[in-house]
Amino acid sequence: MYTFLARRLLATIPVLLIVAVLVFLMLRLTPGDPAAILAGDAANTEQIERIRESLGLNRPILVQFGIWFGNLLSGDLGESFYYKQKVTALIGQRLEPTISLAALTTLFAVLVSVPLGVLAAWRFGGWFDRALMGFSVMGFSVPVFVLAYLLIWFVSLQLGWLPVQGYHRLADGFWLYLKHLLLPAFTLSIIYVALIARVTRASVLEALGEDYIRTARAKGLPELRVLVRHALANAAVPIVTVIGIGVALLIGGVVVTESVYAIPGLGRLTVDAVLARDFPTIQGVILFFSFAYVLINLLVDLSYVFLDPRIRY
Amino acid sequence: MDAPGLKQYEALSVEAAAVRRYETMWQRLHRSWSVRLGGTALVLLVIIALAAPWLGTVDPSLFDAGSRDLLPGKVGEITTLEGDSLQHKFLMGSDSFGRDIYSRVIYGTRVSLIVGILTALVALAFGIALGLTAGYLRWLDGILMRVMDGVMAIPAILIAIALVALWGASLSTVIVAIAVPEIPRVTRLVRSLVLTIREEPYVEAAIALGTPTLKIMFGHILPNTIAPLIVQGTFICANGILIEAILSFLGVGLPPDIPTWGNIMAEGRVQFIEFPHNVFFPGIFLAVTVLAVNILGDGLRDTLDPKMAKRV
Repeated sequence: MYTFLARRLLATIPVLLIVAVLVFLMLRLTPGDPAAILAGDAANTEQIERIRESLGLNRPILVQFGIWFGNLLSGDLGESFYYKQKVTALIGQRLEPTISLAALTTLFAVLVSVPLGVLAAWRFGGWFDRALMGFSVMGFSVPVFVLAYLLIWFVSLQLGWLPVQGYHRLADGFWLYLKHLLLPAFTLSIIYVALIARVTRASVLEALGEDYIRTARAKGLPELRVLVRHALANAAVPIVTVIGIGVALLIGGVVVTESVYAIPGLGRLTVDAVLARDFPTIQGVILFFSFAYVLINLLVDLSYVFLDPRIRY
Repeated sequence: MDAPGLKQYEALSVEAAAVRRYETMWQRLHRSWSVRLGGTALVLLVIIALAAPWLGTVDPSLFDAGSRDLLPGKVGEITTLEGDSLQHKFLMGSDSFGRDIYSRVIYGTRVSLIVGILTALVALAFGIALGLTAGYLRWLDGILMRVMDGVMAIPAILIAIALVALWGASLSTVIVAIAVPEIPRVTRLVRSLVLTIREEPYVEAAIALGTPTLKIMFGHILPNTIAPLIVQGTFICANGILIEAILSFLGVGLPPDIPTWGNIMAEGRVQFIEFPHNVFFPGIFLAVTVLAVNILGDGLRDTLDPKMAKRV
């Protein structure tokens, strides 16, 4: 068990390392002078030189990587060109809205999609199953910002139930905080619900075909217990896996959703940084999101031990 | 004849009975309603894209200061490139420059379809090359697949945004930037297919006959990967259309003078509260197009690649 833990932890290191190298190379392998690209069209030679100097772009590429990676290991992502602040500090300030949005979305998506998927598998081929599959294709196809505007128009403008845009910190009061997050989280959860419901249905369907389900029914267990305790419990591993993989979708969605609902989180920071051509910030945010994604999937892998007692590492 | 032998024949006959009737690939595709529905919608969209100039549109870049912010269905004036004033019915209203939303949406179909199709082709081309290499040259496999794992660990949209920001936004850079994060998935698929197919007797036979490696890769292995690749390509196309719209919408995609659905929505979002039509019409076209491609992909998967259909 502990050797597995150690091995699994060690295995994530190469992935993180490759991510770091890729993010580093993104700028360096761009055709043309990276310093000039960063400085923008309006910059003069002096400004370009200053950027070249500050990023060490005039040194050999391996030395550049060494310096950059050394800083990264000591938790230094460099300084933003645009905000004139440490990138780590910027990320820290924007963390609360993004984590709140992502957590609420995940909570909502899991609570809704798992029962839907189980129900569809239970009534496989029936009208509910077909409706859910239809909804799932729709969920993958309707762009999150189109859905966002549709919901703003209907829920906020026509019905006036929820605020149109904006964000309030948890410190401003829980209800105010929640009220501003409900619509964005609902918007963002649709694609996630589609994904998780689909996989839940497929894996519960597979479990329902097993002999132990027939046995459980034959010995007169209530159907709900058969579904939850026997079918769902045995289908848990693929469901948790897809929740982990779906975090990539969630991160992509955060960038768009925060933009539409004017939430000052990491997604918004990404877009602002790109518009300002603030490359240290872009690099920092990409690294942060990718590391978070890898670590969440590491936790997912570790959770298998608890979900499936047969798995002994 | 002894009993086990008989059993073998019985098994054979049961299998033969289950096949029932031979259908060509084309007949099976035709029977699938998702292929028909998605395919028909897509053909209609291609026709719209090709016939854009003859569908009652004007040049999408034309504007008229007198026709700003018209509601859908209003008649107004529009100035042609020659400077003449033209009476024009604004079917979907006009934007804050006085441009015709309908014409922009119709011409936007071209951009979306081109981006979607070319993204799929670029991702498939690179994915096939890398996947064949990884599956066939085993010494390269380890390092290549680790790099692919690394790319897959970075959320797709962030790669696309960063690459477009660096390369500058044009049609070709946007297409490549959207294709890059899709490449690992294609590579993995091709690699796993190659690993299965290279164990088949006909490949062993080809190796034994001394067929050159390249000829085995492209002549014997690649043709057997086509069905799953078509399915994968369809989903990449749908995703490419979506991501292009997201990039344009966020203001980091194609330049604003190109009429794309994302650009129209980006311009419309400023005055969304008073004039929601600027956002809704391109949004509906975008959603319907992506839906059509996804439905087509589902249908193709169920008919061409039943093994994959069972997986999810």
